Amino acid sequence: MSRRLMKGNDALAEAAVRAGCRFFGGYPITPQSEILEYLSARLPEVGGTFLQAESELAGINMVYGAAAAGFRAMTSSSGPGFSLLQEGISYIASAELPAVIVDVQRYGSGLGDIFQAQSDYHMATTGGGHGDYHMLVYAPASAQESVDLMCLAFNKAEEYRNPCLILTDASIAQMMEPVELPEMKEVNPDKPWAVRGKSGQDFKKITSTMYYIDDFDTYIKEKYDAMAEKEQRWEALHIADADVVLVAYGISSRICKEAVATAREQGIRLGLLRPITVWPFPVDGFKEVNPDVKAYLTVELSSLPKLDIDVKLACKMKSPVENFLGGAVIPESQQIIEKAVSVLEKVEATSCLKN
Amino acid sequence: MSEKLIPNLLVEDNKFCPGCGHGIINRVVAEVLEEMDLADKAVGSLAVGCACLMMDTFGTDWIQAPHGRAAAVAVGVKRVRPECCVFTYQGDGDSLAIGFSETMYAALRNENITAIIVNNGIFGMTGGQMAPTTLPGQRTTTSPQGRNADTTGQPVNIINQIKEVPVGYLARGSVDTAKEINKLKKYIRTAIETQMSGGGYSLVEILSPCPTNWKMTLEASLDHIKTKVKETYPLGEYVKNGERVDA
Ligand SMILES: Cc1ncc(C[n+]2csc(CCOP(=O)(O)OP(=O)(O)O)c2C)c(N)n1
Ligand code: SF4
Repeated sequence: MSRRLMKGNDALAEAAVRAGCRFFGGYPITPQSEILEYLSARLPEVGGTFLQAESELAGINMVYGAAAAGFRAMTSSSGPGFSLLQEGISYIASAELPAVIVDVQRYGSGLGDIFQAQSDYHMATTGGGHGDYHMLVYAPASAQESVDLMCLAFNKAEEYRNPCLILTDASIAQMMEPVELPEMKEVNPDKPWAVRGKSGQDFKKITSTMYYIDDFDTYIKEKYDAMAEKEQRWEALHIADADVVLVAYGISSRICKEAVATAREQGIRLGLLRPITVWPFPVDGFKEVNPDVKAYLTVELSSLPKLDIDVKLACKMKSPVENFLGGAVIPESQQIIEKAVSVLEKVEATSCLKN
Repeated sequence: MSEKLIPNLLVEDNKFCPGCGHGIINRVVAEVLEEMDLADKAVGSLAVGCACLMMDTFGTDWIQAPHGRAAAVAVGVKRVRPECCVFTYQGDGDSLAIGFSETMYAALRNENITAIIVNNGIFGMTGGQMAPTTLPGQRTTTSPQGRNADTTGQPVNIINQIKEVPVGYLARGSVDTAKEINKLKKYIRTAIETQMSGGGYSLVEILSPCPTNWKMTLEASLDHIKTKVKETYPLGEYVKNGERVDA
């Protein structure tokens, strides 16, 4: 272990190298370009390959090739580039290959802007590309967690032979924080399924596994069901007795933590449920919530609600779900408390009416 | 008398239409890989189009790339496994329409891979639509009056695009006569030698008939290549050992 002060993006990049990543192909876009810059110097030091691709389309397909050859490979991007990665991600998922993708989210649709945001949630959690697949999607809330989840993502990608996504945002990626880095890991690329040349009857085909699996529909559903059941991760804070449970991931969750602590001092019973995996969404965490909870309040940096639908499903619509939408602006914890109090008042007013 | 004539790499009968040029090209590539003792080291990258029918019948390791992206996938493989013989096998639509950028940039970076591009002037698998290589005046299902180059652009000559760039080897062959097939085999061999000696990017474009979508007999198709297609796409070697040889 070594301790360093690092930018979130650099921490992600160094963690990837330590997790055994030996190939990166990608294209610059703010606010993730430091990942390319870092790896362009770092990967050659460990005998790895860094390639600045001509586009995100090429970048993800280089990753597809390197992953098919058995190597730990990754790419990273942000909103407009993440859209372009979807084609390749769908192919990698369909060929059941491991790979790690990073999306440092930015604000808005189209070109949008370079501010921090959490607007890509649906593209990240619903598969994003064409057809039937999912990625394990990890949402770090600090530089340290970026490191930890990057290492986990590479392991899980190989365990499930499925692409995994780190969904972060400009604030976590650009902020400097102390991090503990793990030891360097060497990974043997000579996987039994990896292409490296074997002719005649022993040749390997990397393509959609649907062509070779009987009852593929059942097979693939079971694969993703198992991920959905076993891979949920979350952090809970005071949810057992909360009147309002905040639901937030990434940077928003850090502000929510402060809001919970301050509100509790004022006798307002706030709790926080922080998804660490946003796919699978941690529905099991909701079973630990106060059965008499009055409302949920999602807190996210987007113009339109994104978490809303997952929270409604997770709480089975037993409680009202309200949204605090910051757009590109990180809220003050006091604003969140005020919104939570107004939600509480609204709920109490309507329940009086019902009585 | 029991001499084996079919390369071991051709593990099943091919699935192309009768008279299709792909079958001949497959055989030539298989012979070259076996003669060069590279069959065990070869990794092919193909995408969609009729080329993808090779996945079951041609016994090298394969990766199926998204439409157009075979060169980028091949680069990913070659960069991590430089000891492998990595090649793309693509149609003209695949490599020169949607995949033009991936094809061009693999050449611009002089990647140590071999691109085999089958130019049949048409989108075969999707039923005969216009391709970047379709000749002016040629009728296709999306140029029913014949291709109008004023509105659809001039045919793409990928060799002209790349020959100014520092690459290892560039040639254009054809399968219209036995003589041309023998030359083609030499081109493919040189391309793969270039790659395996670290000589940089190699590309062999091959004029090939698609009797099904040209709606011609095989004979008329071969005649069409001889009399019309070669005018727009002249045969020969263009770059060898990194030097221009056509001038
Ligand atoms: C993104 C995407 N767009 C379109 C297609 C449909 N498609 C399949 S093959 C093909 C054309 C292939 O033509 P060419 O590369 O010339 O190969 P040929 O079949 O003639 O050998 C197209 C457009 C696809 N599979 N993916
Ligand atoms: S459609 Fe054309 S290119 Fe495709 S297999 Fe048939 S003849 Fe060959």
